[in-house]
Amino acid sequence: MRMFLVGLLVVLLAGCGASRTGVPPPATDTASGLPLTREDARHLLSRTGFGVTRSGVAALEGQPRRVAVERLLHDLRREAVTPPPRGVDRYEPPHDAKGADREDRRAFLQEQGRLSLDLRAWWLREMRESPSPLTERLTLFWHNHFVSSQEKVRSPTLMYRQNVLLRRHASGSFAKLLHAVARDPAMVVYLDNARNRKGAPNENFARELMELFTLGEGEYTEADVKEAARAFTGWGVDRRRGAFEFRQGQHDDGIKTVLGRSGRLGGDDVIDRLLAHPATAEFIVRKLWVEFVSPDPPGAEVSRIAAAFRTSGYEIRVALRALLLSDAFWAPANRGVLVKSPVDVVVGTLGTFEATVPDYAPFALLVARLGQNLFAPPSVKGWPGGEAWIDATTLLQRKQFLLALFRGQDLGAATFLRGGGGERSERLLRKGGPAMRERLVQGLAGLSFDPEAWVSGARDDGDVFGLLLPLPPVATDVALRPTVAEARDALQDPVYQLR
Amino acid sequence: MNRRLFLRSAGTGVALALLGPGAQTWAADYGRVLVLVELQGGNDGLNTVVPFTDPDYRRLRPALALPRDRLLRLDERTGLHPSLEPLWPLWRDGSLAVVQGLGYPEPNLSHFRSIEIWDTASDSDETLDDGWVGRAFSAQPPPDSYAAHGVVVGGGDDGPLEASGARVIRLTDTTRFLRQSRLALPAGAASNAALRHILAVEQSVVTAARGLDGGVRFATTFPKTGFGRSVRTACEAIASHGGVAAVKLSIGSFDTHVGQLGRHATLLEELADGLVALRSAMLELGRWDRTLVMTYGEFGRRPRENLGAGTDHGTASSHFVLGGRVRAGLHGAAPRLDRLDGAGNLAHTLDFRALYTNVLDAWWGTDSRTVLGRRWPGLDLIKA
Repeated sequence: MRMFLVGLLVVLLAGCGASRTGVPPPATDTASGLPLTREDARHLLSRTGFGVTRSGVAALEGQPRRVAVERLLHDLRREAVTPPPRGVDRYEPPHDAKGADREDRRAFLQEQGRLSLDLRAWWLREMRESPSPLTERLTLFWHNHFVSSQEKVRSPTLMYRQNVLLRRHASGSFAKLLHAVARDPAMVVYLDNARNRKGAPNENFARELMELFTLGEGEYTEADVKEAARAFTGWGVDRRRGAFEFRQGQHDDGIKTVLGRSGRLGGDDVIDRLLAHPATAEFIVRKLWVEFVSPDPPGAEVSRIAAAFRTSGYEIRVALRALLLSDAFWAPANRGVLVKSPVDVVVGTLGTFEATVPDYAPFALLVARLGQNLFAPPSVKGWPGGEAWIDATTLLQRKQFLLALFRGQDLGAATFLRGGGGERSERLLRKGGPAMRERLVQGLAGLSFDPEAWVSGARDDGDVFGLLLPLPPVATDVALRPTVAEARDALQDPVYQLR
Repeated sequence: MNRRLFLRSAGTGVALALLGPGAQTWAADYGRVLVLVELQGGNDGLNTVVPFTDPDYRRLRPALALPRDRLLRLDERTGLHPSLEPLWPLWRDGSLAVVQGLGYPEPNLSHFRSIEIWDTASDSDETLDDGWVGRAFSAQPPPDSYAAHGVVVGGGDDGPLEASGARVIRLTDTTRFLRQSRLALPAGAASNAALRHILAVEQSVVTAARGLDGGVRFATTFPKTGFGRSVRTACEAIASHGGVAAVKLSIGSFDTHVGQLGRHATLLEELADGLVALRSAMLELGRWDRTLVMTYGEFGRRPRENLGAGTDHGTASSHFVLGGRVRAGLHGAAPRLDRLDGAGNLAHTLDFRALYTNVLDAWWGTDSRTVLGRRWPGLDLIKA
């Protein structure tokens, strides 16, 4: 029944999509009808999800490209499937707004610390268990685009609400997403819009809005930043309720000129002005290309997809469909050209081997140590990603984790507890005391990672290297029969760091 | 390297060739280590090196102006932030230089663009791929025996060390690095840029592990701060038998838009304590005379404070240069507070590339013209 519906959807979309949205056809129309080989299916899954399972490959193998892509788009969600951390939906004002009682304060901080770890663990589980990993990949993409950080926001609840917001709009309208993010309390706090007042504008949000969220550097002037900042004066957060509020008295309602348009502009007017600028669609599509296709977006393809994206009213699905059906996406030269993020390495490996994970908290710390502390990107520019993920230290830490999984040794001692998660996690461990340590140890003890079962399911040798690696291994010999040792070696090969 | 730079350096090559065999030859001395300390986020130069007699200082900073009697007086009108007190002995014994007014024309106020300009030593409207130190390494590579050309400690990007030909490794903990280094697999041929990068990292691990012995034990006590730990790792890399030519450390974030006073004081104290430990460790090794430390960062902050008791992105700033061969004292002119630009920011008094020129020519003995395209005059910080 579901396959039938998907098929129907495909037919409908194929019939009306081009004329309604003005989407030009991909470079070669017939290519989208090509059936997926095992390698193609693996490629599509590795770019749109976390890890590649045999069942996932089997479900897509033989499908025409267009059908496989429509199926992924059809499965996209607006909500998470796993239950959020206990207590995260109850907003607590920052502790400085509460009584000065030392004991109270300590308990408050401890609870916020627990929530913040639970939140990270929850998201990793959602990535792994969602029927639409692509939804989570997009949510993560927007988290890295519309950056806010728990380090400054200091409220797991507001960070969680922002995550919910990003997911709700992840594959919908970028225009709606942008308007919503601008008044998202975590964002308002993170980029100091809460401090932006008439007569004393704070430029932080206005600048990053143009430089990082829409136009990109070089498409606006310093004067545009200053004027836009005035338009956002009065946008704030009621920190007692954790909700957005517009403070009329602090708003500068004078005439402003942003990108050549003048008037008594408010914040939403500025956002609309930025959406009307062609650079915005190009900027977003270029970034999506780097996430999904290759590190070097070709100008002509970006322009083609950006035009369709813009004409569609910024429907993210439209851009995504065009990217996944582009010739470049399927080109052999673009297989295995993206560097896996820490989340790809950790969640992807657990997913590929179909591990059972009782608690993702230790893995949240591991991912942080590898350079991707969820809900706390290093700067407003987000994680730089790509080759920057890998340096001498993080490469060795990745390999050590991948090796530890196969050794069956105590992962706790080997990989997580000793300095795991960098300075901040160490602090968390110290503060969390024995209870936290016990939680991590228990979480790891309950991990079931069974490479033997996984290997025994292989159809042939290609099922080990072929499934685990996007390209032939460069530092390992391909053995004749599928073995656990072979799987272990595949994960140590430099090519395993790619997708 | 972009076309413009290529043409510049090609021209330089011709000029040198015309001068004939008698012309100066540049023999780089990478036994003199360069320690770069990035003040991430844009340090407030005005509250770091304070023009305390300038009435405009207090006028622009009703909430943030530092009390005059707590400043460390460098001369009759300039004082250091009180949190920098640990550096006072260095000022007294003549191994601390303070360089004022560093910036560049047409300043860019974006963190990312401006640090790129500082990292690559480009003009404001020019984009270069490689860092200025990386370009020096490409032009005249440090010896193969070195553990690495450069080491980046404690997070942050390669920044000034970035260059395709430079062997740069990032380290957080030397001991752990050595234990894990046996996992590196540098074999194989790369079919794409990402794989090429990973294989280069695998190779750099193997080479670095051969050069870094990790057996160094210092009597110096390093501060138990993030920056203090980075300084210890940096000192271990410098002391290793392979050695390194440059180290990059970073500390931050100095992006104090809101509630600046407390955070700024803490960061400066952490910085000062770390630098003092660095000097102590280098003295222990007998290498303080062969160590040059310099701070840098994307920009300073706006002279006029904002309503959140913070400061917004600015332009020119002061920086520190330390070492056993440094010509101590105040260098460069303080920017004028009564002549701000249209955005209310300082006009720089010295191009930051003058600092780089001085380091390349006088510290390493490389040729700044090859690396920077020209020699930027104005600084003479290194004693012979």
